[in-house]
Amino acid sequence: MSKVWIITKRELSAFFDSLIAYVMIILFLGLSGSFTWLFGTNIFMLGQANLDVFYDVAYWSLFFFIPAITMRMIAEENKSGTIELLITKAISDNQIVLGKFLACLILVTIALICTVPYYVTISQLGNVDDGAVLGGYLAMLLLSASYIGIGLFASSLTQNQIVAFLMALFIGIFFHMLFDAIGSGGTGFVGELFSYLSIRTHVDSLSRGVIDSRDIIYFLSLILIGLLGTQIMLSKRNWK
Amino acid sequence: MAIVVENLTKKYGVQKAVNDISFEINTGEVVGFLGPNGAGKSTTMKMITCFMAPTAGDVTVEGASILSDPELVKRKIGYLPENNPLYLDMPIVDYLRFSAEIQGVSKSEIPTRIGEMIEKCGLDAEKHKNIQELSKGYRQRVGLAQAMIHDPEVLILDEPTTGLDPNQIVEIRKLIKELGKEKTVILSSHILSEVEATCDRILIINKGRIVADGTAETLRQQAQGQELLTVHIEASKGDIQKELLGLKTVETVSAIEGKENWFTVQSKPDASSRKEVFDLCVDKKWYLLEMTGMETRLEDVFRNLTN
Repeated sequence: MSKVWIITKRELSAFFDSLIAYVMIILFLGLSGSFTWLFGTNIFMLGQANLDVFYDVAYWSLFFFIPAITMRMIAEENKSGTIELLITKAISDNQIVLGKFLACLILVTIALICTVPYYVTISQLGNVDDGAVLGGYLAMLLLSASYIGIGLFASSLTQNQIVAFLMALFIGIFFHMLFDAIGSGGTGFVGELFSYLSIRTHVDSLSRGVIDSRDIIYFLSLILIGLLGTQIMLSKRNWK
Repeated sequence: MAIVVENLTKKYGVQKAVNDISFEINTGEVVGFLGPNGAGKSTTMKMITCFMAPTAGDVTVEGASILSDPELVKRKIGYLPENNPLYLDMPIVDYLRFSAEIQGVSKSEIPTRIGEMIEKCGLDAEKHKNIQELSKGYRQRVGLAQAMIHDPEVLILDEPTTGLDPNQIVEIRKLIKELGKEKTVILSSHILSEVEATCDRILIINKGRIVADGTAETLRQQAQGQELLTVHIEASKGDIQKELLGLKTVETVSAIEGKENWFTVQSKPDASSRKEVFDLCVDKKWYLLEMTGMETRLEDVFRNLTN
């Protein structure tokens, strides 16, 4: 575990030293803040004391921001050759992947924590359903973790960060909206299957404040598949 | 026995990069892998350091196998990969701390280890810089420092002096020699003089196989066989070539083209003709202007074995 933390620490300091972290947090807050409070169908137009607008914006901005932070994680090391240095140190592939995953997750968590003032403000304006808010944040966190898994996997496929970014978006878009579209178009078993595969279904269900084990299992499996895929790509060098 | 390599094979597709090689390295030896580009030096090193698994065979480092116990092997080895990849955005000290932590150096020891490495590798003047601000020679030193930070028993250095200027090469070699006193070192190179200057033992690898194994001296002797002399004689009368050929230790004599009165004299196996040639000159009242023994150079050995 401590080895995982060493990797996490290094990645986090790389984020903050290279300004990626600040840019990402400021952009995320700016974007979600302005759409929640100022533009379009904002909170005042809806006239309801909930965070649904914010979740809608975050649902999309996280979809784009997460590939941007995961794209360099492994692709850059593949390109510069530092992956060889890392792998030949006394650390397992699992620990490397987990360390990088945690670093991304911590960065996103910091960004999400920075939006807590939104909740505080809204709770001053009316009665907020605290369960729904908690469920919503949990959904955002699990959604982020899933996209980080996908992003890391995409990053492990290539040496090129841009390719990694686009690949993560490409894989992500299926879960993000395509499965949802197929699911709502289809009927019977196929429709249900695709609805279950869509992230939207589970985010909606969680942000209603209902914490259902089916949703949790869905997210955890998505994360696990992403991390496993990354680890397989890393240990591909061992194939005989 | 520090390192035992048994029937190591690595296939890339159908091509065998490393083909069934076996060798042993004793503790404290400095061994040079020598071979042309693409001979399988780096691949062999990558397998010893657990970067890739072999297609067949096994390596044990200080008793730990790369197949069953890679993490223990990795802790025993310090590795400087080819082209010396580094996290360029990190300051030297942070990078060394990161390497030390990951290699399991205990927290209380880390500052002293970093201090020692900085001193040993001559990084003191640069220690607060980011790695990307360093020149190539200093980066190489950082690469060496990170490889040695956990005081490993075995050091594996893949082409440690490529891209350095002559002064830096001399310094890095001196450092490697210094290290070789306490540690087992494997280094690879395609520069012969480098291997000759730093290594106790040379393994010549070609097309995935070991074609020669020994000290520079023994390799030379193996290749040499018969003594070769170049002589320059000034004679007022007589046929020099014929007289030389008449000596009983001499096998062949050939005139060197384009130079008058220069000859190459090859002796019979296990015989030396130096004294005979000298006596002959005294006898005939010739002037012996020059007589040089031609030593087989390591270059020639290398060329013979790898062509």
